[in-house]
Amino acid sequence: MSLTEESLARAALRSRNLMLGAALTLIFAGAALISFLWVPYDITQLDIANKIKGPSGAHPLGTDHFGRDILSMIMVGARTSIAVALVAVGIGMGLGVPLGLAAAAKTGSLLDEVIMRGNDLVFAFPSLLIAIMITAVFGASALNAIIAIGIFNIPVFARLVRGAALSLWTRDYVLAARVSGKGAARISVEHILPNVTNLLIVQGTIQFSLGILAEAGLSYVGLGAQPPLPSWGRMLADSQTMISFAPHMALFPGLAILLTVLGLNLMGDGLRDLLDPRLRRGAR
Amino acid sequence: MLRYALKRLVSLAISLVVASVVIFAMVEVVPGDPAAYMLGINATEETLNALRDQLGLNGTLLERYAGWVGGMLRGDFGTSYTYRTPVAEMIGERLWISLPLALFALTLSTAIAFPAGIWAASKRGSLVDTSVMGVTQLGVAIPNFWFAMLMVLVFAINLRWFNAGGFAGWDAGILPAMKSLTLPAIALALPQASILARVMRSSLLDTLGEDFIRTARAKGLSKRQALWRHALRNALIPVLTIIGLQFSFLMAGAIIIENVFFLPGLGRLVFQSISARDLIVVESVVMLLVFAVVMVNFAVDLAYAVVDPRLRVRA
Amino acid sequence: MSLLEIEGLDLDIHGAPILRGVSMSVAPGQIVGVIGESGSGKSMTAFAVLQLLPEGAMCRGRVELNGHDMLGLPEPSLCRLRGNEVGMVFQEPMTALNPIKTIGEQVAETILIHEDVSKRAAMARAREALDRCELPGDRFPMSRYPHELSGGQRQRVVIAMAIALRPKLLIADEPTTALDVTTQAEILRLIRRLVEEDSMGCMLITHDLAVVADMADEIVIMRRGEVVEAGPTAQVFAEMNHPYTRALFEASGHQPVREAQTQSVPLLQVRDAVRDYALPRNRLFAPQDYFRAVNRVSLTIERGESLGLVGESGCGKSTLTRAILGLEELQGGEILLDGAPVFSGHQPNRAVRRRMQVVFQDPYGSFNPRWKVARLVAEPFHLMDARPADWRDQVAKVLEDVGIGADAMHRYIHEFSGGQRQRIAIARALILRPELVVLDEAVSALDVSIRAQILDLLAALQKDYGLSYLFISHDLSVVRNITDRVLVMRAGEIVEQGKTAAVFDNPQNWYTKKLIEAAPVLPDHGVAGGGAE
Repeated sequence: MSLTEESLARAALRSRNLMLGAALTLIFAGAALISFLWVPYDITQLDIANKIKGPSGAHPLGTDHFGRDILSMIMVGARTSIAVALVAVGIGMGLGVPLGLAAAAKTGSLLDEVIMRGNDLVFAFPSLLIAIMITAVFGASALNAIIAIGIFNIPVFARLVRGAALSLWTRDYVLAARVSGKGAARISVEHILPNVTNLLIVQGTIQFSLGILAEAGLSYVGLGAQPPLPSWGRMLADSQTMISFAPHMALFPGLAILLTVLGLNLMGDGLRDLLDPRLRRGAR
Repeated sequence: MLRYALKRLVSLAISLVVASVVIFAMVEVVPGDPAAYMLGINATEETLNALRDQLGLNGTLLERYAGWVGGMLRGDFGTSYTYRTPVAEMIGERLWISLPLALFALTLSTAIAFPAGIWAASKRGSLVDTSVMGVTQLGVAIPNFWFAMLMVLVFAINLRWFNAGGFAGWDAGILPAMKSLTLPAIALALPQASILARVMRSSLLDTLGEDFIRTARAKGLSKRQALWRHALRNALIPVLTIIGLQFSFLMAGAIIIENVFFLPGLGRLVFQSISARDLIVVESVVMLLVFAVVMVNFAVDLAYAVVDPRLRVRA
Repeated sequence: MSLLEIEGLDLDIHGAPILRGVSMSVAPGQIVGVIGESGSGKSMTAFAVLQLLPEGAMCRGRVELNGHDMLGLPEPSLCRLRGNEVGMVFQEPMTALNPIKTIGEQVAETILIHEDVSKRAAMARAREALDRCELPGDRFPMSRYPHELSGGQRQRVVIAMAIALRPKLLIADEPTTALDVTTQAEILRLIRRLVEEDSMGCMLITHDLAVVADMADEIVIMRRGEVVEAGPTAQVFAEMNHPYTRALFEASGHQPVREAQTQSVPLLQVRDAVRDYALPRNRLFAPQDYFRAVNRVSLTIERGESLGLVGESGCGKSTLTRAILGLEELQGGEILLDGAPVFSGHQPNRAVRRRMQVVFQDPYGSFNPRWKVARLVAEPFHLMDARPADWRDQVAKVLEDVGIGADAMHRYIHEFSGGQRQRIAIARALILRPELVVLDEAVSALDVSIRAQILDLLAALQKDYGLSYLFISHDLSVVRNITDRVLVMRAGEIVEQGKTAAVFDNPQNWYTKKLIEAAPVLPDHGVAGGGAE
């Protein structure tokens, strides 16, 4: 009844959600990477003569109010979105996972209590509020978005890991490791962590997509990426006053966000379906 | 039950105290003197000092913190640096837009999500289930402010069913006021309803797999009866958690959505205050929102105990 | 005329064959025991009778309950029969009840769903049903929630739900497997009484031959989805026509060949051990209360000895085990291995811990699923200052010794069956060549035929490795067959100890007597020898 690596790969190929999600994600990640080498038009050059043009052969997605090519803007904007979300997930995992492991290892202790109450506290600050505070104090920048979203990710991962680790700590193999003289830190790294990686992959994908949404929202209200750094949220903010006569300016950046997030979510769901039964069967 | 409530209350109080310290500390690190900012460069040291006194800016860190928190407890949120009006009044006005908007959205989201989630779970694998899952997949992925812009384009600009923005005011009557909140509420509710419907569905499916459902079926209950009488209330526990969390997302989301519809709510107030560097307003609004989120989560904790008898004794 | 008639029942789930040509019948007032190991299809047969099968299930054949053709009836008619003409009791009482409804509501629901009566009348009858199941109203009001009851009490509530409408047939699927032996005896007695009072037919499903030997009128032995032998209980036990029946019988009472090798040298000494747990405080500044899980326990294991420790859940045997293994510190007394303390200066003593190892109950939860067998078996080397250079050879050797073979080293644990995993667990316990091995319910989760093989292995290894065993179990028959001496533990204290045969044949303490009386026993008149597989 066990899945080997091979059959896991086969199952992955059969999963429509996973494949569609991975394809969408790859398209946008690819666009971001390509933009470092080549974009259809230089987005730092203004071309007022060609401003607010609808989609055409020269500009497949049209131009904005400064005459910049929207396709190029979206490609470069993908860099901002992906970088912000990726670093934010990194912060969340980097701090949240050790905190969750520590809390589970010393369950019921003061450390556990402090970590969990701290988590509750952070949960009371939606990332937007954190961003508002940081911006109010230090001014707006893409870094704010990263910090705000990253801080909000910490309790997400800490809770997830603590919950999963608590049930793993009751397993006999942990007891066997203790009989072999291993301490809590060693057991957390050798026995607990490898058995929560599946969960982390799935949750990481979900937080990544939430991060992209949050970054777009923050940039839209001016708390995130600042001009001239292109970002999807800012493009939408710029398009808002022109939506009645230039709907393409709002349509394409919005679709870019929607499809990227959709791709990541589909991939997350597909990964969960793929990894979860194995997790349940393997560790019962 | 009482002990459980008290215990949650203590943890609530601690959360609020720590939150207030964090917020206060952040504002404290800001360089610059609000009094100097308000009076301009020509002000004398005397008038500056007088104003600082009036704003509660003199004194030690502890005194200022105590003054701020003490004031809030009495309903005195201080004086806006830019408008020179009491912050409490400014917030009071705006709250009458933001709070109804969030509640409107929460109601909508729950009203959509519950039936959709239950329906999908009861017909697992059917066309209904697949469609609900497909639509919610899109709903989760769509940025709500973009969805709001598209709705403005379709329903306000093209069809002219709604105004593109602005708020009719409660003086104009409940219906016009609600009408101007309808599109914003839908925009806020859609992603949350999608999340909630998915949680409802998966929680119900988990519960339907429990042993006690099999017991109920062996007693002679039909699948439908087992779902309504035994699974639903048990499945509600994770759903309540999500509703609690969603409230904070709705408050935050409202701040963004108000921007799309030019609603003069808390969100607009915050952004104006940030650009005017009116930190006392920002500080107060953030504290108020944190307070609201913490209170809602407290209510959710109490709701758990109503749903689950095991919590009433455990405490 | 029989009440339940199953004839040529085939069951496939998603195309995989589960049952093949199963036939059996139950008459009113008759108890039919259905016996089999895991995967024999015994539970699926029961679910097929109620037509409560998983998705993708396909039945062929005939199932007739009191004249109703169960395979042909539409779902609404089946709902009218379930709970009304046939009641069912399940294995896991802890999860079989809805946690957020009172027991009164849940029992009354059976009545309300089938009869047009007032809630009040239904509650009155629910009370009656609970009384019949020996849950008297003064101690068990209807407003109790399941979490306020013990496992045995919950099982009584499940039974009350099943018999509230006095059905003609009661199906009990391993109703006592999750319960302690004394509770098991009470529940079995209750079922027998209800069957007699109502002249119900009863289908009793179990993996334990001894349970049905005491109580069933007829038995049906199943294996891999088929019935291999059936007939009146006494006749089946006397004849044992099918080799599998013989093998099952032999394995159930299996007695490994052992030579006494106890030397009169104490290896492990536990003196006046006390273990207290802090209880959660009720009020913020209330004084700390403690629960004494182990109360001044003393015991000695001699070199080469097998010592049994029996007791029911919550008696403190697990706590004592953890203290012996140096996982938790005592609050009083001392534990010495060969004269050296297990705990010294609040730190477990590594040199001592090297000399003892443990095998746990659950062959599935005992191994990190992400590690290969070589690494799993080598884990105790952590207790050495450095892993020996030839550790791979040592792992290979010990895997050979437990009958798994060295090529297992490069495979993951999920590639092995339950019995194989338990052998690997034994290999892990032996890798440091310890003197004492603690066997914590080490064979309790295994099917009887596998259990017999593991017991033989343990006996052989004891001789080859010169081991002492501390054998902890709730299963008295196993303890009886593999230990030299036995201790009986209750409520944190040792209530009786002595030579195994002496304690079992002539128990002195009232609790020991109760335990031994409660344990179901196999009849002696089985065919001796028997064909083992």
